[in-house]
Amino acid sequence: MLTVQGLHLWRGDRHVLRGVTFDVAPGLCALLTGRNGAGKTTLLRAIAGLLEPEEGQVSWRGAPARGSRDAFHSELAYLGHEPALKGDLTGRENLRYSVGIRRMVDEAEIAAALARTGAASFGDRLVRMLSAGQRRRIALAGVLLANATLWLLDEPTTNLDADGQQLVAELAADHLARDGLIVAAVHHSLPLPSERLVAIELAAT
Amino acid sequence: MKTPAVTVAWLVARRDLRLAFRKPSQLIQPLMFFMIVATLFPLTLTPELSRLRDVAPGVLWVGALLSSLLALEFLFREDAQDGTLEQFALSGQSLTWMLFAKTCVHWLVTGVPLALSAPLAAMALGVPGSAMPALIAALLLGSLAMSLTGAISAGLTLGARRGGVLLSLLTLPLSVPILIFGADATQRAIAGDSIAGDMYLLGAITVLGITLAPLAAAAAVRIGLE
Repeated sequence: MLTVQGLHLWRGDRHVLRGVTFDVAPGLCALLTGRNGAGKTTLLRAIAGLLEPEEGQVSWRGAPARGSRDAFHSELAYLGHEPALKGDLTGRENLRYSVGIRRMVDEAEIAAALARTGAASFGDRLVRMLSAGQRRRIALAGVLLANATLWLLDEPTTNLDADGQQLVAELAADHLARDGLIVAAVHHSLPLPSERLVAIELAAT
Repeated sequence: MKTPAVTVAWLVARRDLRLAFRKPSQLIQPLMFFMIVATLFPLTLTPELSRLRDVAPGVLWVGALLSSLLALEFLFREDAQDGTLEQFALSGQSLTWMLFAKTCVHWLVTGVPLALSAPLAAMALGVPGSAMPALIAALLLGSLAMSLTGAISAGLTLGARRGGVLLSLLTLPLSVPILIFGADATQRAIAGDSIAGDMYLLGAITVLGITLAPLAAAAAVRIGLE
């Protein structure tokens, strides 16, 4: 359903992505591995459409994603390095606005998502008072609430404790069971059943 | 259900207003700057009100422009750094509407307070009370036009590491017409003439800004996110 074909991308004078090609079907998770600087984040941003590749294309449901950008984006949830949370708002307020601009969402849904990611107890505190791991959990609640088919996760387990890493794996497994797709950049593999995984190793440049 | 575009703009506006009131220091700084510039002139120039009255339009409008440049720094920078703009761009919604909402709120929390407090500074410069309503009206319109043109430059300088200087260089030429007509309006108001002509021109610039600036800013932000 998501097809990445012959992606070439330059950052400055560095040829970061050299003809990356892969295919992800519903219910599968593509794990991007590679050393620091191998281009994992770059690839995720190129798939999301934040970076324009020099060559090659990303297709979604058989059509170029660039052609129907808004439709593609409304089916996509992107969890970047930065959790995109405002320090001066509470976790709940952050979600109300960040999810609200995508789709109509009610308070009960937000509360349920916060509970699912173990963030219920600190959802009403200002985000700048929270630890990096707690912010991650709120950002993960945002990914859940986006109701997206395709998840692009950049190091989803960063800053999370052992429980949190287990939580990411559970959320990912649930999403795949609902025929969702995941592309995740990771350092350590996610504990998912191997038939659900597509390994993509990016060579260092 | 996908959120309609107007609701999206309303949500972004409410979020920015709430953030502005939780962190008011960012808003007070440009206002303080304007007041200090305008009130230092009488101290350094001359205590004679008749002579101050001649330079008052220039001082008030240059002060307003510089203070709006100072405030522009806060328009997109934080949202770009913490990844919020990225999420806006990936929301599947119109980035144009969201940036329009952001720009309007920015005007509401920086331009409007400046226009409303301008009579205080104008009094120190010997501007007669009869000219105050016209001064406020011209500054309201002028600051909105400045926020809109500034939004384009703020979007364009997102990718630059130290964009502050570049931001000023890009914004100043675009703001010069606003400065000329605004200062002229104030001059006429002090002399007791009608300011209709200048207000029409300021209005035309503002309408042009409302229609084109959010589109240009959205395109600039998408480039800036790369």
